[in-house]
Amino acid sequence: MTTAMILVPRTPIRSGDVVMLKAMISHPMETGYRRTENGEEIPRNIIRRMICRYDGVEVFSVEMHQAIAANPFMSFGVVATKTGPVEFEWVGDNGFRHRQSAQLTVTG
Amino acid sequence: MGPEAQAMQRDDFSNPAMLGVAAGEAAWNSAPANGKPACSGCHGDINATMRGVDARYPARQANGAVMDLTGRIQTCQSQHQAITPEPRESAGLLALQAAVALRSRGMQIEAPASRGLSEAVSRGEALYRQRLGQLNLSCAQCHDDHWGRSLGGTRIPQGHPTGYPIFRLEWQAMGSLQRRLRNCFTGVRAEPFPAGASEWIDLEIYLRQRAAGMASDAPGVRP
Amino acid sequence: MSRPFSPHSGIELDRRALIGAGAMLVTALAVEPAAASPDMAAAIRKFTGGAEPKTGKVTLDIAPLVENGNAVGVEVKVDHPMTPESFVSEIAIFTEKNPVPDVAVFHLSPQSGRAHVVTRMRLATTQNVAAVARLSDGSHWQETREVIVTIAACTED
Repeated sequence: MTTAMILVPRTPIRSGDVVMLKAMISHPMETGYRRTENGEEIPRNIIRRMICRYDGVEVFSVEMHQAIAANPFMSFGVVATKTGPVEFEWVGDNGFRHRQSAQLTVTG
Repeated sequence: MGPEAQAMQRDDFSNPAMLGVAAGEAAWNSAPANGKPACSGCHGDINATMRGVDARYPARQANGAVMDLTGRIQTCQSQHQAITPEPRESAGLLALQAAVALRSRGMQIEAPASRGLSEAVSRGEALYRQRLGQLNLSCAQCHDDHWGRSLGGTRIPQGHPTGYPIFRLEWQAMGSLQRRLRNCFTGVRAEPFPAGASEWIDLEIYLRQRAAGMASDAPGVRP
Repeated sequence: MSRPFSPHSGIELDRRALIGAGAMLVTALAVEPAAASPDMAAAIRKFTGGAEPKTGKVTLDIAPLVENGNAVGVEVKVDHPMTPESFVSEIAIFTEKNPVPDVAVFHLSPQSGRAHVVTRMRLATTQNVAAVARLSDGSHWQETREVIVTIAACTED
């Protein structure tokens, strides 16, 4: 079961503030370099992209490679304009796709 | 553990073990397919009923058996949910453990000796002081005689299991105290106790006695 | 290597045998995959389209020594505005000695507000890490840091 956490800062956000969003998702980010005890290669299985859309517009994305640590953690800035969802989408190997949203509330 | 690992643990939003907690909380509320209750069906709100529970584990049960928290959850699964218990070290069971252990965070770990487990504490201490493996080292030789010194790039701790289940950076996954102790056995090139051996519980009880009075920091991050 | 180290063999043969044995020993101990070793500079040039990044503007924050290479915090800030007229469009991270030099490429926009990204990466061994920023005017800026990676004690095997 994939679990993801999105953090929108709780402090009051005014229009024009730059807020740092955080997102972390459970995923082994299997590099493809490890082997089982029997010497068999464990195939690569990683998240390739994370996209963030704010109020429906893509504001940030990141392409990931095997060197991103397991349970990928990302933090980045976004200019708060109006109250609306920040939608995250993660896409990866073997058809992996996970979507999760959080609300960004602008109070003034 | 160094400042980086400490910082990762301190921020609930950075701590990968909190993903396990989120999964465990979801599992807490999920009833098995056979119609038996979810954990919440008997235990209600995890914040209320699980508060302080992990701090007093391992514990003697009503039937006299002494169990660690993993064993207790497995017992609930088989006896009250009529499902095959999830194996130790499975992601699902670790997640439930993490969710329960979080509800003791910040609370003092209770001394097993004060809860009728003095004999287990003594047995555990004997294991702790026993030389093991090809390197012929006991736990005490590193964790009592050389704590604070470096082994590889890590500082040797004093052997206080206050953070389990942990996210160990080396495993890139969650794991139990038993898994971590097995790694110690590998470290001294010793044959680990067999799976399910009472020695694991005795050793954990002794280690928790050492940690008595310390605050739980579960679920933790360790290198 | 089964060639006996015979005192009657010529010096050339003995030396070749020793070098051969040494090379085989190194191969047996190596942990990287069999592919050719990566070139961080080549990967950076591929990102920049051949241009050499200038030093400056970029601050790469990463611990100089880490207890475990599996999850190393890395923070990159670029000292540059984020306006529609001029902004940081990409930040890329590269490593020198990982099996693959590419780590991540962050795509930013004026809506980002700040050129500031944080993530956690894996480092296979002690090595240099480079952060390269591309601005909307096509210029590239970089900072490189060395990280010492130590190994955990008492592992699974």
